Amino acid sequence: MRNPLSDRIVALKPSGIRKFFDIVSEMDDAISLGVGEPDFDTPWHIRDEGIYSLEKGRTFYTSNAGLKELKEEICNYLKRKQGLTYDPAREVLVTVGGSEAIDIGLRAVLNPGDEVLIPQPSFVSYEPCAIMAGGVPVIIELKAENEFRLTAQELENAITDKTKVLVLPFPNNPTGAIMERADLEAVAEVVKKHDILVMSDEIYAELTYKEKHVSIAEIEGMQERTILINGFSKAYAMTGWRLGYACGPKEIIEQMIKIHQFAIMCAPTTSQYAAVEALRNGDGDVQEMRTAYNQRRRYLMNAFREMGLECFEPFGAFYVFPCIKEFGMTSEQFAERFLAEEKVAVVPGTAFGDCGEGYLRISYAYSLDNLKVAIGKLADFVGKLRAEQGKAP
Amino acid sequence: MREELLAIVEKNSRIDLKELAVILGVEEIDVVNELAALESEGIICGYHTMIDWEKTSIEKVSALIEVRVTPQRGQGFDNIAERIYKYPEVTSVYLISGGYDLLVTLEGKSLKEISGFVSDKLSTLESVLSTATHFILKKYKDHGTILAKKYEDTREKVTP
Repeated sequence: MRNPLSDRIVALKPSGIRKFFDIVSEMDDAISLGVGEPDFDTPWHIRDEGIYSLEKGRTFYTSNAGLKELKEEICNYLKRKQGLTYDPAREVLVTVGGSEAIDIGLRAVLNPGDEVLIPQPSFVSYEPCAIMAGGVPVIIELKAENEFRLTAQELENAITDKTKVLVLPFPNNPTGAIMERADLEAVAEVVKKHDILVMSDEIYAELTYKEKHVSIAEIEGMQERTILINGFSKAYAMTGWRLGYACGPKEIIEQMIKIHQFAIMCAPTTSQYAAVEALRNGDGDVQEMRTAYNQRRRYLMNAFREMGLECFEPFGAFYVFPCIKEFGMTSEQFAERFLAEEKVAVVPGTAFGDCGEGYLRISYAYSLDNLKVAIGKLADFVGKLRAEQGKAP
Repeated sequence: MREELLAIVEKNSRIDLKELAVILGVEEIDVVNELAALESEGIICGYHTMIDWEKTSIEKVSALIEVRVTPQRGQGFDNIAERIYKYPEVTSVYLISGGYDLLVTLEGKSLKEISGFVSDKLSTLESVLSTATHFILKKYKDHGTILAKKYEDTREKVTP
């Protein structure tokens, strides 16, 4: 038989998380700090609206770009939260999670050989999506000393005449880093100077613990060159509903709608009705969850201080990214031993890019009680490693 | 910090002070002072334990009683409410808008004990016009806590 497979797909690296997932799922009693989704249930009034839409028989396709009410509510929301104005009829596309928006957004803008700047550590999809879209990923390695923010200089250094688009993943998974207005202004200058696009993945926009989240589209002259991606998964604890959206210049959104209509048709109808309710009446739920995450974040930062584990203070998402370089192991070795000896799963930083080496992603999408047990075990493990290495506790 | 502190201790009054200080991002002494202030202002009125008596071998019966009363001149409902809430078996008394006046919840050892209380004590109070007693068959949720089911984490253990 002829080779049945696509060379481009075969050459893609499988997700670094997958391997770890396989080990963990075979252990019944493992505690996990490895999830990338909220521990809260979707607020009941949102679920109820989904159920109600089913009862009413709203079980058909919606228009390709999404329900009109939902697109309008998305625009109201972005106006209310970010002060951004989008035309619901032409500048919004409802997608199957933020993930679809990343995929089709890159496909809509890339020509073969175009370079895509991807700051890492970051979410696992950007690099493969860029490759699948025929682009060339160019990694920008973010630094702990900059609190894993992207600096204008780092951006400047990575730009070539082939650069087409910068992926801007903040608040960041896995580091928890944020970009504040001044950081974004500096980056925006470089972006405008070189006339490139930005794909801003703001799926964690609601989960910041310092100032309110700022979108790069808010910066003067940036909205017209930004594809803003957001969704319902993290803010409203709706991961399983698979619903996100992209907003941007109508020329780009129009092309994205074309891919979306041929590949997906439309995002799930039930989820879209539920999402309308989330945007109309969900601000209080978001506030409550944000408060709970922030308490856990403070708890973890304090616990790391007490065990002397180096960790910059993250102000976004629901992850902390402690440094384990003092133990002289790779992230993967550390995570594997920690799992084998203490039965706690964390994700090695390298799952999010090579420059995640020496770090772990610890999720705090767990109740405080669960965190306490797991962090107790981390303290024991760290103590054991230091004793092995003959360090004073 | 007050609102956040209250929201935490309302759900978990046993949380230790050091931990409270950490998760609120303040000093322990500030938590101690704030709690003391909340207690002395009567905002925190007590610290109780939620018990699902169903799961023990101890028999308990609880009932909700709707009570219609004649308010008294100059006293409104306060006087009659006080005469009712002084009984130790009465666990709560609320003044209610709508079809009746007072909602009384009651805990007793048996059905007989509760019906005895209603017929001998409550109904015979001078200003009580009528009562309707509803026995509680099962508690699904109480004080914001779901009793019927245990939380189960059904998420995949490791996800990106």
